[in-house]
Amino acid sequence: MEKDQNNILEEITQQDYKYGFYTDIEMDIFPKGLNEDTIRMISDRKNEPEFMLDFRLKAFRKWQEMTEPQWAHIKYKSIDYQDIIYYAAPKKKKTLSNLDEIDPELIETFNKLGISLEEQKRLTGVAVDAVIDSISVKTTFSATLAKLGIIFCSFSDAVQNHPDLIQQYMASVVPINDNFFAALNSAVFSDGSFCYVPKGVRCPLELSTYFRINAANTGQFERTLIIADEGSYVSYMEGCTAPMRDENQLHAAIVEIVAMKDAEVKYSTVQNWYPGNKKGEGGIFNFVTKRGICKGNNSKISWTQVETGSAITWKYPSVVLMGDNSIGEFYSVAVTNHYQQADTGTKMIHLGKNTRSTIISKGISAGHSNNSYRGLVKMIKRAENARNFTQCDSLLLGDKCGAHTFPYIHNENKSSIVEHEATTSKISEDQLFYCKQRGIDSENAVGLIVNGYAREVLKHLPLEFAIEAQKLLAISLEGSVG
Amino acid sequence: MLSIKNLKVEIQGKEILKGINLEARAGEVHAIMGPNGTGKSTLASVIAGREVFDVTGGKIIYKGKNLFDLSVEARACEGIFLGFQYPVEIPGVSLVNFMKTALNEQRKYKGLDPIPAKEFLQKMEQTKKLLEMQTSLTTRSVNEGFSGGEKKKNEIFQLAMLEPTLAILDETDSGLDIDALRVVASGVNKLRTENNTFIVITHYQRLLEYIVPDFVHVLFDGRIVKSGGRELAIELEEKGYEWIRQHT
Repeated sequence: MEKDQNNILEEITQQDYKYGFYTDIEMDIFPKGLNEDTIRMISDRKNEPEFMLDFRLKAFRKWQEMTEPQWAHIKYKSIDYQDIIYYAAPKKKKTLSNLDEIDPELIETFNKLGISLEEQKRLTGVAVDAVIDSISVKTTFSATLAKLGIIFCSFSDAVQNHPDLIQQYMASVVPINDNFFAALNSAVFSDGSFCYVPKGVRCPLELSTYFRINAANTGQFERTLIIADEGSYVSYMEGCTAPMRDENQLHAAIVEIVAMKDAEVKYSTVQNWYPGNKKGEGGIFNFVTKRGICKGNNSKISWTQVETGSAITWKYPSVVLMGDNSIGEFYSVAVTNHYQQADTGTKMIHLGKNTRSTIISKGISAGHSNNSYRGLVKMIKRAENARNFTQCDSLLLGDKCGAHTFPYIHNENKSSIVEHEATTSKISEDQLFYCKQRGIDSENAVGLIVNGYAREVLKHLPLEFAIEAQKLLAISLEGSVG
Repeated sequence: MLSIKNLKVEIQGKEILKGINLEARAGEVHAIMGPNGTGKSTLASVIAGREVFDVTGGKIIYKGKNLFDLSVEARACEGIFLGFQYPVEIPGVSLVNFMKTALNEQRKYKGLDPIPAKEFLQKMEQTKKLLEMQTSLTTRSVNEGFSGGEKKKNEIFQLAMLEPTLAILDETDSGLDIDALRVVASGVNKLRTENNTFIVITHYQRLLEYIVPDFVHVLFDGRIVKSGGRELAIELEEKGYEWIRQHT
C-alpha cells in the first residue's frame, strides 16, 4: 500500500517545467569574472553617479573579506564566482524609432510567460516592472501612478531620477556587509524595482515585478527597494522564471522594505525559478536576502511566499519591528521535489512595545528533496508585551524526502509571549482513496489535498496571484510536488 | 446492475471472502448483515476498488463491464458510490470545492463540460434542502471537525450530489443517534429510484426499519449463508447471530 502510494506520487511528480524556453535575442554581455574593473564597468554602463560606484566598491571590498555561510541545511558544489557573467542585457535595436519601444522578441517572451507589457492588455489593477537578466525592460502604468505621487520604476531609473531617496534608504535595512550574498549583490546588482508611496496614499494598483533569467552562465542580482511613507499602503507582487539549463545559475537578490508610521506593505512572491531536472542537474541557486523594517508606530509588513522553484532556496524574509504596536507577518508555502533543497523561514525581531508577529510556514517535500524551516523570533528587553505565534507544518509525499525544522527563540522580557506549534504529516492512502472513490484521479487528488493544506497561506495572496499559485502548486507536485 | 460470481479475496495471505455470489438489479435495495469481522466492509471496498486486497478468484460484472478492468476513479465515474464507514478528513479543502471537483471529473469522464457555477450552487442548495442539512456543512473543510453524525450525513449529501447508479453504504448507521439515523435514512429513501441500486451494509436491524430492503443477505465467515426478504432481518434480530452459526 505504501509502495503504491509512492508510485502514484512519483508519477505525479514527474511533470516538466513549463517556462524552460530560451529567447534568442541580441545581448550585451560582459566577460566572465569579478574584480573591481567588472564593477566599474557595470556602474559605467549604467551611467551611475559617483555615490553608487563608491557604494559598490565598498561592498565588493567587504565581500572579499567574507566567506560563504555554511550553516544552512543544504549541500551543493562550491560556486566559482569567477565563472559567472555579472552583466547581460538585451540590446536595444537601433532600428527602433522610439527609444521606449521594446524588442518585439522580448514582448513575445513575456507574453509566453503570461505577462503582458502592453498596459491596455493587462489585467486591470496590476502595474508591472519587467526585469530580464540584468536590466528592467519596461515598467507599466508609471504615468498613472505618478499622478498620485507614487514612484514606481526600475532601480536604475530611480538612481538617475531620485538619487536622494536611494541614498537615504538603500542598505538602510540590509547593510552591505549583512551577509555574504547581500555583500555580493550590493557590489554587482544591475537592476530591480523601486517604489515610493507618499504620505497618506493608498496605492490603487497591485505593483509587481517579473524577473526572468534568460542568458546562460549569468548571475542575476537584482535589488528592490520599497518605501511606504506615513499612513500609506501598497501591495507588491513578485514572480520569477528561468530557462532549463544543465548548469546551475546564481540568483542573489536583495529586497528592502521601509514602512513608516501607520503604513502597511504587503509583499507577495511566487518563486518558480527553474528547479533543475529529475536527477537534480541544473537549476537556479536562489540566495536571497529580504527584510523589512516597521520603522514607525502602528506600521505593518506582511510577507507571503510560494516557493516552488530553484535547485536551492536560501531565503528568510524578515521583519524588524521597531515601531511600537507594529505588526510583522510571514506566510510561506515551500515545495521541494526531485533533488531540490530549500532552507527557508523568517526572522521576527521585536524591538518596540506591543509588537506582534505571526509566522505560518507550510513545507511540502516530495521525491528526494529536503525542505527546512529556519526561523528566529527575538524579543529584546524593551519589547514589552510583544507577542509571536508560529505554526510550522511539514507534509511529506513519499518516503525518500526530508522535512526539518530549526526554530530559534530569544526572549529577553517576561511580559512577552511566544507560541510555537509544529506538525509533520503525510498524505494518507485513505485520503487518496476517498478522493478517487468520488471520481478524482490521483493527480488531481494530490493537487486538491496539497492546496487544502496550503490554504491558510494562499488566502493571503492577492487574487491575481492566488489562482496562479494554486495551479503552480498542483503542477509543482505534478511537476515538482505540491 | 451488479453481478458478483464466486468472489474470493485475501489480505496478506488471509482469506476474507470465500466465494461470494450476489445479484442486484436496478431499483432494488439489498441489505447485507452479519457479525463483525465476517467480510462485509471488505466486500464494499473490493467493489469500490481498494488496492490493499488481493482478489484470488471470481468476478464482478457491473453494467456489463468487468469491474477489475476499471480504476477506482473510473468505477466512481461509472456510477459506483461508497458511503464510508469512517469518512476521512481533508483539511483546508471545502466541501463545495471537493464536490465541484468530483462532479466535474465525473462529467469529464462522460464527455460533458464542467457544470456552470450557478447551476452547481443551485444543485447544492436543492440537495441541502432535500436532505434537511445545515448550510454551514458545505463551507467547512471536508469532514474536518465533523461529529460522527455530521460525517455520515455528509456522505449522504455527496451521494445525492453525485447521483450514482450503485450506492454502497458501509455501516452508515454506526455511531448515529436516532435523530441522525432518521435524517440519513429519509435521505436514502428520497434518493431511491427505479434506476439505482442500494447495498446497505449494517450490523443491526434498526436501520432497516427506516430503509426497507427488498432483499436481506447474511454474510458469515466470508460467505453469504442465507438470503431472504425483509423478514429475515427481523428473524435475525430475534434469534441473534448464534442462530446463523448453528445453521452453517
